[in-house]
Amino acid sequence: MARLNPWRWVVLGLAALYFLVPLAASVVFTVDVPGQGVTFDAYSQIVSTDGFVSSLLLSLELALATIAIVLLLMVPAMVALRLGAPRLRPVVEVICQLPLVVPPIAFVAGISTVLKWGPEYLSRTPLFETFVAIQNPGFPFVLVMAYVVMALPFVHRSLDAGLRAIDVRTLVEAARSCGASWPQALVRTVLPNLRGALLNAAFLTLALVLGEFTVAQLLGFQPFAVWIYSVGGSQAQLSVAVSVLSLLVTWALLLALAGVGGRTRTASSRG
Amino acid sequence: MTATLTGVDVAPPVASAKRRRRAPGWLAVVPLLVFTAIAFGVPAVAMLDGAFSVKNQATGASSYSTENLTTSLHGAYLTALLGSVKLSAVSAGLGALLGLPLAQVVVTSRFRALREAILTASGVLANFGGVPLAFAFVATLGNAGVLTIHLGLKDTGWDLYSFWGLVIVYLYFLIPLMVLTITPALDGLRSQWREAAQNNGATAVQYWRHIALPVLLPSLLGGLVLLFGSAFAAYATAAAMVGSSVPLVTLQIADAISGNVLVGQENVALALSLDMVLVAGLVMAVYLPLQRRSARWLA
Repeated sequence: MARLNPWRWVVLGLAALYFLVPLAASVVFTVDVPGQGVTFDAYSQIVSTDGFVSSLLLSLELALATIAIVLLLMVPAMVALRLGAPRLRPVVEVICQLPLVVPPIAFVAGISTVLKWGPEYLSRTPLFETFVAIQNPGFPFVLVMAYVVMALPFVHRSLDAGLRAIDVRTLVEAARSCGASWPQALVRTVLPNLRGALLNAAFLTLALVLGEFTVAQLLGFQPFAVWIYSVGGSQAQLSVAVSVLSLLVTWALLLALAGVGGRTRTASSRG
Repeated sequence: MTATLTGVDVAPPVASAKRRRRAPGWLAVVPLLVFTAIAFGVPAVAMLDGAFSVKNQATGASSYSTENLTTSLHGAYLTALLGSVKLSAVSAGLGALLGLPLAQVVVTSRFRALREAILTASGVLANFGGVPLAFAFVATLGNAGVLTIHLGLKDTGWDLYSFWGLVIVYLYFLIPLMVLTITPALDGLRSQWREAAQNNGATAVQYWRHIALPVLLPSLLGGLVLLFGSAFAAYATAAAMVGSSVPLVTLQIADAISGNVLVGQENVALALSLDMVLVAGLVMAVYLPLQRRSARWLA
């Protein structure tokens, strides 16, 4: 196995070719415009293009809201399941895996059906106001609800791994016998020990929300991914330029995540 | 691993302490359950209900029947469903076939940096689907793409907006997914097993046939199934690339949700969604036991 193997280099070379060429070609496509020579217009136009700032801000707001809600729901539940209520654990596990069985497109078909109930059956009830409010185009809360559900499997996996690595019961009991209240024990002893897992979950959710297209497009909202798609029809260079940039941003995020994950792994193996 | 965990849970024998802990346990889980019931349960029930209810055009009354499901398994809808299954099967098969040698190179590599770089890149690329991926390939191999023009691919009849075009694009996130899935299993092949087999006089073929392959098989099949599910559910890439020139079930559902259906077939989108959920459920039902089986060897 240790000898230098030509087969190995062939495999690596082909893989590098397949994965790097589309990226390089995309960059060439954006800067080498037929008839204009090399120009960086596509990149300098991005910020001033209609809808870029608003859609990006909307995506970031949705991401922040999703991360906050999914962590607020999941962290107390997962910690509580570690401490007691063992009979509920399989229930939560199954619930958190269920979204994997429902593809986003099927999920959005269900959501749009429910949203149609608003005008059809509920127009004279107070619930109708709620239906209108969650579909406010400025901040569509219905998307946050959908994204929280779609993020559950990743967040569950990440937190579960984090909680496995620490002894929650001992930590909490130690804090409690030192006189900490329940919230204090949670916030000041358990959460700092889960930092890696929390960051991991937050990053994955962020990447999910920033790239999400299916649900947002079919419900008629315009966050970032939908905006790129809508620009693509008229300004090809610009849309590819934004794609390249969004790719780089996502990569930076996920590489940061990999870095954080690596560090926590070494930290826990040492500790 | 599960055994030790349950061991810890059962450990405190004092009944009163257990009872005191259970109260906050229940309370902390309730918000999660309520939220998923509203955000996930209600749409899921609405989908089931809609998939089975048919509205009578004359009276406006709706009744339950399997008519929608029957419609969803005929004509253009069946073509789309089969198209999706075919595309997913072909790209999953190719993804597994091409991902395996790459993973093998990664695992047997002497350079730690190379291994880390490829695994990190795989983690990034496996998550890189959707609109940007489609546009990157349009810029590369589309009608006005850089490679199409410079290599003169157009004269050879190349068309990105076709079945094989989609396969090439899907492989971009399926191969890295396969590398991520299979690497732990390849890592689990201990060199002692090969040595033991050699000491007992086994040839290399016998080693692969009787030892390596049986250990790898659950992970291989699990990876294949996972790739299939991932390709099957993909919508954004296909929507941004081919519009509707390749029949796919996700594109049909999107079309139907947007209102492009015959009168009286409004609920076919929901029936198609149910078909998809059944396929995805089947995928998970195959994948999870396989994963558990392969995990046994990797402990």
